Parts: sequence; C-alpha cells; structure tokens
Amino acid sequence: MTNAVNENEKLVYEVKGLNLWYGNDQALKDVHLDIKKNEVTAIIGPSGCGKSTFIKTLNRMIENIPVVRTSGEILYHGENIFDKSIRVEELRTRVGMVFQKPNPFPKSIFENVVYGPKIHGIRDKKLLMEIAETSLRSAALWDEVKDRLNDNAYGLSGGQQQRLCIARCLAVQPDVILMDEPTSALDPIATYKIEELVDQLKAEYTISIVTHSMQQAARISDRTAFFLMGELIEFDTTETIFSNPRDQRTEDYITGRFG
Amino acid sequence: MEKDIRVRQIIQKNISEKSRFADRIMPVFFFLMASVSVLTTFGIVATLTTDAVKFFQAVPLREVFSTRLSPLSATPSFGILPLINGTIFTSLIAMVVAVPMGLAAAIYLSQFATEKMRKVLKPVMEVLAGIPTIVYGFFAYSFVTPLLMRLLPGLGAKNVISPGIVMGIMIIPLVASLSEDAMNAVPNIMREGALGLGSTKLEVALKVVIPAAISGIMSSIVLAISRAIGETMIVTIASGSSKNFSFDITQSMQTMTGYIVEFTSGDAASGTTGYYSLYAVGLLLFAFTLLMNQMAHHISRKYREEY
Ligand SMILES: Nc1ncnc2c1ncn2[C@@H]1O[C@H](COP(=O)(O)OP(=O)(O)OP(=O)(O)O)[C@@H](O)[C@H]1O
Ligand SMILES: [Mg+2]
Repeated sequence: MTNAVNENEKLVYEVKGLNLWYGNDQALKDVHLDIKKNEVTAIIGPSGCGKSTFIKTLNRMIENIPVVRTSGEILYHGENIFDKSIRVEELRTRVGMVFQKPNPFPKSIFENVVYGPKIHGIRDKKLLMEIAETSLRSAALWDEVKDRLNDNAYGLSGGQQQRLCIARCLAVQPDVILMDEPTSALDPIATYKIEELVDQLKAEYTISIVTHSMQQAARISDRTAFFLMGELIEFDTTETIFSNPRDQRTEDYITGRFG
Repeated sequence: MEKDIRVRQIIQKNISEKSRFADRIMPVFFFLMASVSVLTTFGIVATLTTDAVKFFQAVPLREVFSTRLSPLSATPSFGILPLINGTIFTSLIAMVVAVPMGLAAAIYLSQFATEKMRKVLKPVMEVLAGIPTIVYGFFAYSFVTPLLMRLLPGLGAKNVISPGIVMGIMIIPLVASLSEDAMNAVPNIMREGALGLGSTKLEVALKVVIPAAISGIMSSIVLAISRAIGETMIVTIASGSSKNFSFDITQSMQTMTGYIVEFTSGDAASGTTGYYSLYAVGLLLFAFTLLMNQMAHHISRKYREEY
C-alpha cells in the first residue's frame, strides 16, 4: 500500500482516455499515458500523428485553437488540468514549453530571461539578475552571453537562441518542461549541447520531448511513446521500445521501414 | 545547478494572489472604446437620414435622378447626377495617377530600395502626405492648370483634369505606404522560396510578393478611392462649381463635396429644400464610402492568399 502511494507521488502526469478533435477531425484517440518525475519522456511518430497536439494539450496551449475540443482527463499531480478551478496561467508557469523554432522576444537577452519572473511580480533588481544568471547557467549559455546581456536576442545564433528560450522557460522555475522538436532547426553541435542540457536538467525537472530523431530519443529519453494517427501505439522504457518493441508498427517505424 | 525554490515560491504566491479583475474588466473597456466609433457612425447616419428624408419628401425621385441641378433658380431643380459625375471624374483621374505611381513606389521601396534610399524617400513621401489640402488646391489652380493650358488650349480655368491629377499626387503616399506595409508583411521565407527556385528579384516581387500582399494592396486602393471621393478643398478651388451635366473633363464640374461647401458657405436658409439637399448629398457621400468598404472586403476575401 505505502508502495503504491510512493509510486503515485512519482507520477507528474496521468493522462486518462484523452480524445481531441480539430472540428470534426479526431487528432488524439483514447490516449493513456503516465509521465514520471525526473524522467525524460520522448514522443515519436510520423508527421501528423498528433505529437505536437499531445504535448500542447499538457499545458493547455492547444486551447488557443478555437475549433479544438477535448474529452478525458489529464491529471497533473493528481489534479485534472481541465477542472474549472485550475488557473491556466499558473499551470503554464509550472509546465514550461520550448518550441520548434526559437522564439525569443525582440528584446535584450537579459529582458528575455527575466520576462516571466517580471510579469509574475518579481521587481527586485538583484534577484532578477540572480535569476538571469542561474537560468542562463542552467541552459549552458551563460559563458557565451555574460558580456552581452543587454544585446538584442536576435543577434544570437539559432542554437543560442534556443538555449535562451530554455533559460527563459527555466526562469520561472517550472516543474515540467515540454519541448516540441527543440533541435530540428539546429546543427549537430547545438543539438548535442541541448541534448546534454536535457540530460542535466532531468535531475531537477520532468521533461517531455517530441523528436523526429530516433537516435535522439534513444540517447536522451527514459521512456518513449510511439504515436500513429492519433493513437498511442506503444509506451515503454526507451530500451524496450528500441530493442524489443511489442508492436510490429513500432518496430517498422524505428527501423525506418515505415510507409 | 541547484534549483532555487525561493523564486518559485514568490511566483506561486504572486500568481495566486494576482487579481483577475483587470483580465475581466479590460476586455469590457476595450469593447466600450470600440463601440464609441460604431455609435458615432450610427449617430451620423441618423442625423443625415432624418434631414435627408425631408429632402426626399419635398423632391420627387424622378427629379433627384435627373441631370438638371439649379437649386437657386426661380424654378429650382435638384438633379444629383451632375455632382455624381463630377465626383466620379475627379476621383477616376486621381486613381489613374495615384494607383500606378503609388504601387510602383511601394514595390521599389519594399523590394529594391537600399536601406539608405528608403531612409531618404520615406520621410519625403510622408511630407507629401502632410501638406494641407488647401495648398494642393492652390497648386492645382495656379500652377498645374496654367501648365496644362499650354498643352490643351481649350482647357478651362476651372476644369476636372488638373484637380484630378493633383489629388492623385496627394494620394500617392497613402497607396505607397499602405501597400508597402502589406508587402513587407510577407514573410521572408516566401521570398527565399522563390529566389531559391531561380526567380529574379522582379519575378519575386510580381509573382510572389504582390499576390501574397494583394488584400492589403486592395484595401489601400479602396481607401485611396474613399479619400478621393471625400476630398473637398482641391476640387472646390480648382474644378469650380459648374452644375452642367457633361463629360467634358477640360471644363468645370462640381463634386458632391464641392456642392456642400458652396451651400454651407453661402446662405442656405435652414428649412429650405436647398438646405435639406445638403443632407441628402452628405448621405449619398456616406453611402459611396460604405459601398467602397464593402467592395474592399469582398475583393480582399476573394483574392486572399493565406499565409
Ligand atoms: N490547427 C489545426 N487545425 C486543424 N487540424 C490540425 C491543426 N493542427 C494540427 N492539425 C491536424 O492534427 C493532426 C496532428 O497534427 P500535429 O501537429 O499534432 O502532428 P505532429 O505529430 O506534431 O506532426 P509533425 O511531426 O509534422 O510536427 C494532423 O492531422 C493535423 O493535420
Ligand atoms: Mg509537430
């Protein structure tokens, strides 16, 4: 019994029977999936299978599309995120997001990082500076930008911009970080840096990452979920998925024999 | 890499204490502000209509849509066609000048001009837009008309060509600047896509950028037309007040706006048919602009390339 409770405490997300429609087109079908604390969960599957849709549902970003309807439950630390009592802005400070294309604001590097803390009422200059430094350090960007914090963020390279976006996300001290193909626009070195970063960050954060790269999923994730046409086909430890998948379709996909 | 819980706690506290008042009340406030202009429009229409109705009660429709306009004669007649004619001709000439030149300027500025060139040209164009219309009117009457008289010997001292052209020049910056904005809003990746297929800069401008920006360009043209229809000073000064119904653009014609100026600056006794005719013309002007707006909507929807 105590064991079961302990197990549950480790669950950050419990997705139960999630369905999602864009108008009349169903994009997610009866998805059941648990995300464990301090683990990296990779989401893989062919283009259009619903990976982005799924990950955006976890912090309710998907609701910005007016035609979207959902059913089912997503428990976040035991609370259904679709409950009326949930404040979506608060949820999003706890569940941060990093997008496919780096999307810094057209402001200075410093202002980008402290944007979140600032809008949430932190004014103390010293504290903001501290937050900026720790966040940038955590995002492995500090050394590269510490002398140009007041420069415009668009002067950074793509990979640096993406790490800046990660720093910006870390600055509000989330609990979960959602990443939608965060390295698809980056070169191998920048990609490597971000992968390394994910590996370090998982000690403190729970991470879910969408990727098209099998190697990336295999390298950095603890568990892997394989989606196909809106259905969760298989969800297991990354090792199992890549060495001994139960479903033929999973095997076809990861070995590149698909479609 | 230690996580500092302190910041999380502050954020948590602030966000849970943050009042939702502003988030609730501000949209209402914004709505009210938006309503002001809508209500004003209704107010104007209501005023115009009530007095215009009196005009239409006094004057039979057959007379309204006739070509004889002589409000002050012993046997007054209120045919509106001469005014519509004058308005259409002046506006048409203005468009013939403003649209090609404005578009060309926009294409140059957004696709070809160097940053340096833009920095010089844009402010100069904006100056053009800022000149008071009375100055343009004066310019048309005392400079352009005499100049044109050398080319067209039969040209009247008051005529339609000269104010039409000057009005067009005045409107160029409007077309150019709005169209340029629309072209600049086309994402760079589209241009790169076309360039990457071997298109020349000109082909990119004509085949990719303009089609993608067409709805903005169309709106700029329609706005320009509205501007021309509503323009008053230039036509009052340079195209005169002839109420004859003719198609001779070398001679004077009165526009709807010019008619309103003439009558309000003269002594149209309140309560007379002549006085109410002002409201009828005003209402018609309003209807024209409304029609233009509808057209703009329709056109931009039809030609829209989504991106
Ligand atoms: N805004 C939208 N409106 C309507 N349908 C949408 C919308 N966004 C996505 N879809 C549809 O939902 C399905 C899943 O899309 P989603 O973007 O989640 O795929 P994905 O797995 O992230 O693909 P990719 O790997 O290409 O990013 C697709 O069939 C897509 O066409
Ligand atoms: Mg996607």
